[in-house]
Amino acid sequence: MSQATQQDAETGVIESVSGPVVTARDLDARMNDVVYVGDEGLMGEVIEIEGDITTIQVYEETSGVGPGEPVENTGEPLSVDLGPGMLDAIYDGTQRPLDVLEEKMNSAFLDRGVDAPGIDLEKEWEFQPEVEEGDEVSAGDVVGIVEETVTIDHKVMVPPDSEGGEVVSVESGDYTVEDTVVELDNGEEITMHQEWPVRTPRPAVEKKTPTKPLISGQRVLDGLFPIAKGGTAAIPGPFGSGKTVTQHQLAKWADADIVVYVGCGERGNEMTEVIEDFPELDDPKTGNPLMARTCLIANTSNMPVAARESCIYTGITIAEFFRDMGYDVALMADSTSRWAEAMREISSRLEEMPGEEGYPAYLSARLSQFYERAGFFENTNGTTGSVSVIGAVSPPGGDFSEPVTQNTLRIVKTFWALDADLAERRHFPSINWNESYSLYRDQLDPWFEENVTEDWSEIRQWAIDVLDEESELQEIVQLVGKDALPEDQQLTLEIARYLREAYLQQNAFHPTDTFCPPEKTHLILTTIKTYNDEAFEALDAGVPVEDLVSLDSTPRINRIGVQEDYEEFIEELKEDITEELRGMY
Amino acid sequence: MKEYQTINEISGPLVYAEVDEPIGYDEIVEIETEDGRTLRGQVLESSDGLVAIQVFEGTSGIDRDASVRFLGETLKMPVTEDLLGRVMDGTGQPIDGGPEIVPESREDIIGAAINPYSREYPEEFIQTGVSAIDGMNTLVRGQKLPIFSASGLPHNDLALQIARQASVPEEEEEGDEGSEFAVIFGAMGITQEEANEFMDDFERTGALERSVVFANLADDPAVERTVTPRLALTTAEYLAFEKDYHVLVILTDMTNYCEALREIGAAREEVPGRRGYPGYMYTDLATLYERAGRIQGREGSVTQIPILTMPGDDDTHPIPDLTGYITEGQIYVDRDLNSQGVQPPVNVLPSLSRLMDDGIGEGLTREDHGDVANQMYAAYAEGENLRDLVNIVGREALSDRDNKYLDFADDFETDFIDQGFDTNRELEDTLDLGWDLLSQLPKEELNRIDEEFIETYYVDDEGEEVEATAD
Ligand SMILES: Nc1ncnc2c1ncn2[C@@H]1O[C@H](COP(=O)(O)OP(=O)(O)OP(=O)(O)O)[C@@H](O)[C@H]1O
Ligand SMILES: [Mg+2]
Repeated sequence: MSQATQQDAETGVIESVSGPVVTARDLDARMNDVVYVGDEGLMGEVIEIEGDITTIQVYEETSGVGPGEPVENTGEPLSVDLGPGMLDAIYDGTQRPLDVLEEKMNSAFLDRGVDAPGIDLEKEWEFQPEVEEGDEVSAGDVVGIVEETVTIDHKVMVPPDSEGGEVVSVESGDYTVEDTVVELDNGEEITMHQEWPVRTPRPAVEKKTPTKPLISGQRVLDGLFPIAKGGTAAIPGPFGSGKTVTQHQLAKWADADIVVYVGCGERGNEMTEVIEDFPELDDPKTGNPLMARTCLIANTSNMPVAARESCIYTGITIAEFFRDMGYDVALMADSTSRWAEAMREISSRLEEMPGEEGYPAYLSARLSQFYERAGFFENTNGTTGSVSVIGAVSPPGGDFSEPVTQNTLRIVKTFWALDADLAERRHFPSINWNESYSLYRDQLDPWFEENVTEDWSEIRQWAIDVLDEESELQEIVQLVGKDALPEDQQLTLEIARYLREAYLQQNAFHPTDTFCPPEKTHLILTTIKTYNDEAFEALDAGVPVEDLVSLDSTPRINRIGVQEDYEEFIEELKEDITEELRGMY
Repeated sequence: MKEYQTINEISGPLVYAEVDEPIGYDEIVEIETEDGRTLRGQVLESSDGLVAIQVFEGTSGIDRDASVRFLGETLKMPVTEDLLGRVMDGTGQPIDGGPEIVPESREDIIGAAINPYSREYPEEFIQTGVSAIDGMNTLVRGQKLPIFSASGLPHNDLALQIARQASVPEEEEEGDEGSEFAVIFGAMGITQEEANEFMDDFERTGALERSVVFANLADDPAVERTVTPRLALTTAEYLAFEKDYHVLVILTDMTNYCEALREIGAAREEVPGRRGYPGYMYTDLATLYERAGRIQGREGSVTQIPILTMPGDDDTHPIPDLTGYITEGQIYVDRDLNSQGVQPPVNVLPSLSRLMDDGIGEGLTREDHGDVANQMYAAYAEGENLRDLVNIVGREALSDRDNKYLDFADDFETDFIDQGFDTNRELEDTLDLGWDLLSQLPKEELNRIDEEFIETYYVDDEGEEVEATAD
């Protein structure tokens, strides 16, 4: 959280306290101003003004805070600190670095009333200028570069609200984020540090149609329901169905430049897992440690509710900042339902008129404003960058008809529906292939066809058809048993079984299977298709179906996922399947 | 300290009083009734001139003339290692006739959140001796793993079996006692009979010495139940993070806790969430469940096994639903299995331990553990799925393959799950038993198991039987 200057502070007095909501009298404030509440100076934000009474949501626990204590206004909206030092960091919902808090509080437990800037203001970074004296620069332009991590060059940009002008002096060398590195003729001093109010999207020139996939290394996603770089996706599912594992998989393997992972109202241990695992894992793109491209925001379920409401905005603003530098950013929010519930909780304390299921009437508006900040953009500095947003949704009772799921589905273009039945059978990832969809599929096909294989969409359609047929056949099987089906349909069921087991399923915890490049995804399908084509030939030639479904070679299809040298393995397997089947007639 | 006789409204568990000084949110209140009883409560809302107080013992006996004192601090639990072996009521007052408790410190029962950065990821396997858990839903130190049950089912027997048998095999081998083990038992609204069941078992096994009991019984005030688990967890955190104990916290019955929350919400005329439960119940439950865990640089740990009874056996009910969204898995106790006489009647299919993957495998339990569990899940699910079909078409109409899966599902229940409440199985035996069962299926079917492990563990001779060791 950016430390707003405390001059010009207007002071008010607490009138009432109810959980995270505090009202104050005599406070001169604007909506969304940051205020410090009570003797301990707990951080809060103005969320309603009515007559002389100002309502504040407090980002820290309010136990023991009482009427009569002071409230101080900073006069600044809730903002984040932007600059080098955000990667490899872990923040709470208001961008306080959790490692710094641990040190400052000298405790493993979160105390209150302690503030810390979002980026280290004292650390020196090596600034390499990209402009010279005499150059004209305007808002958004890159004036220099800092190596933020081994993976990421941080672009130092002219702030969006700058007038621009001619560069009159440029520094080069080691500076802190508050030192002036470039000076303009109008006297404006540019530093490596920007602040930006979290509830306002950062400006860009225009939003364009995304045409590149965000490759996830997850077969069912890349193969059947791809998301674009700059796209939006929702993963709804009941508890334990695999939302977090899917989000973690994306954070690990997606071919984004930057990952912003927002743990919003979920478990502490899940964040710890990321902190412990990511430094050990290699970024699939660069081979560097994953943390070097990752920014974590952890406002767990037991941390203050108001900060849970803000953590989503903190995350998306940081994502936009890297987008401005021309990077492809992927933001995961786990879970947007907790964010919506935080809104509901605050809203009900304000005694606002509730909408559906107690959620505020503006739920839908807030959700779309958030997802609208995703996209593939042309930036003000002429570069292009993207923010992809993947939101988990946790519907009560696993029922997708509830408001958060429904309102989200109206906005996002990719829907990965998790299914408790599949999870119970340990079919992972338990993404239901009948219910899920991606509206990006057609616009991404050209990319896959150019970069992976020409028949990408054709063979995918074949797989979808087989799976569709299987669902229909399963209904009959449930009534009469498999043996009552005609032979060709029995064979189809067997093909579909391999599609489910070898293609759709993928073990996130297997060192090799956890990441599946698109080439391998494709080759697995072609292997199953080889089996399909050869087996149907054999069936036509009179080979009984019992023989076709009990080959020696086909069980190896289920082993492709775990093969590192899959190309050779697949080639051999295809040959063996063909040979075995042709030998039958 | 100022005394007020300014109560102007009493409604359900709430009392509203006028004040002329600022009173802090969550502050503790004492109310003295005319007949000389002292009741305790907590400030729920504080505005200029008026406070809403939630009275733990209930409001009966309070009238307008009762006097109200604000203690100027939030609720604290006096903690000391001497609490071990003691029995207290739901507000933390000793009821065992033992000596007065001399606290080493007094800790706020609300409990601050553990900084996620300071946590240590739980990955130390706890052997419970129950195959359904050790083999399929492994528990680790610092995990919160609830039991989802329903009325009339033997969840208490299962909880007791775990408390009795829980051990960390590696430490035993090395003779390294490391940290000591303690059990904290927080009862909320359970019957005297159920409480006795626990107490008798604790006494019989000598576990009481290393236990702390907080008992709010069915006829104790309902609102008090909102405090009981917090007292229990505050004690647990103290023993774990200050005194290096590995603490197992059993909280039962969380359903009663949630009912108390609902009662308070209704009395405050709050806008209710699903099925009348408060909209903030997720957050409230999280402030309990998230108090499980490990902390870097500290020896001890807090492991939680909350028990809840699902109203109408329905796991989409808000209590199990919100719990499942917060905890790290769940163990289902199943009515059908129970009526078949399976003990413990654990249905592994909807059960889950999310921390299992990092707590098992080579160097931790056994190399094949994860694969075996996965395969058994898949096979049991397949067999279970076929059972409906068998009822319609009969076994003869099914293929040989299908029949094998049906047999597997049956044997899985009788041999693997139904071990009895007194059998303590070593993990090694659990896994070997698993291989026995899996070896009923052809090798090619075991596609979730690494080929190497099949080579090593598959029992080729179908007639051979490995005996499950029971002790
Ligand atoms: N792709 C996968 N491969 C293997 N196991 C998986 C996979 N996805 C999920 N699982 C299993 O399912 C468990 C639950 O998954 P996860 O924690 O992601 O659920 P969730 O949907 O986030 O639940 P909640 O809403 O309660 O947070 C995991 O702990 C893991 O055991
Ligand atoms: Mg999750």
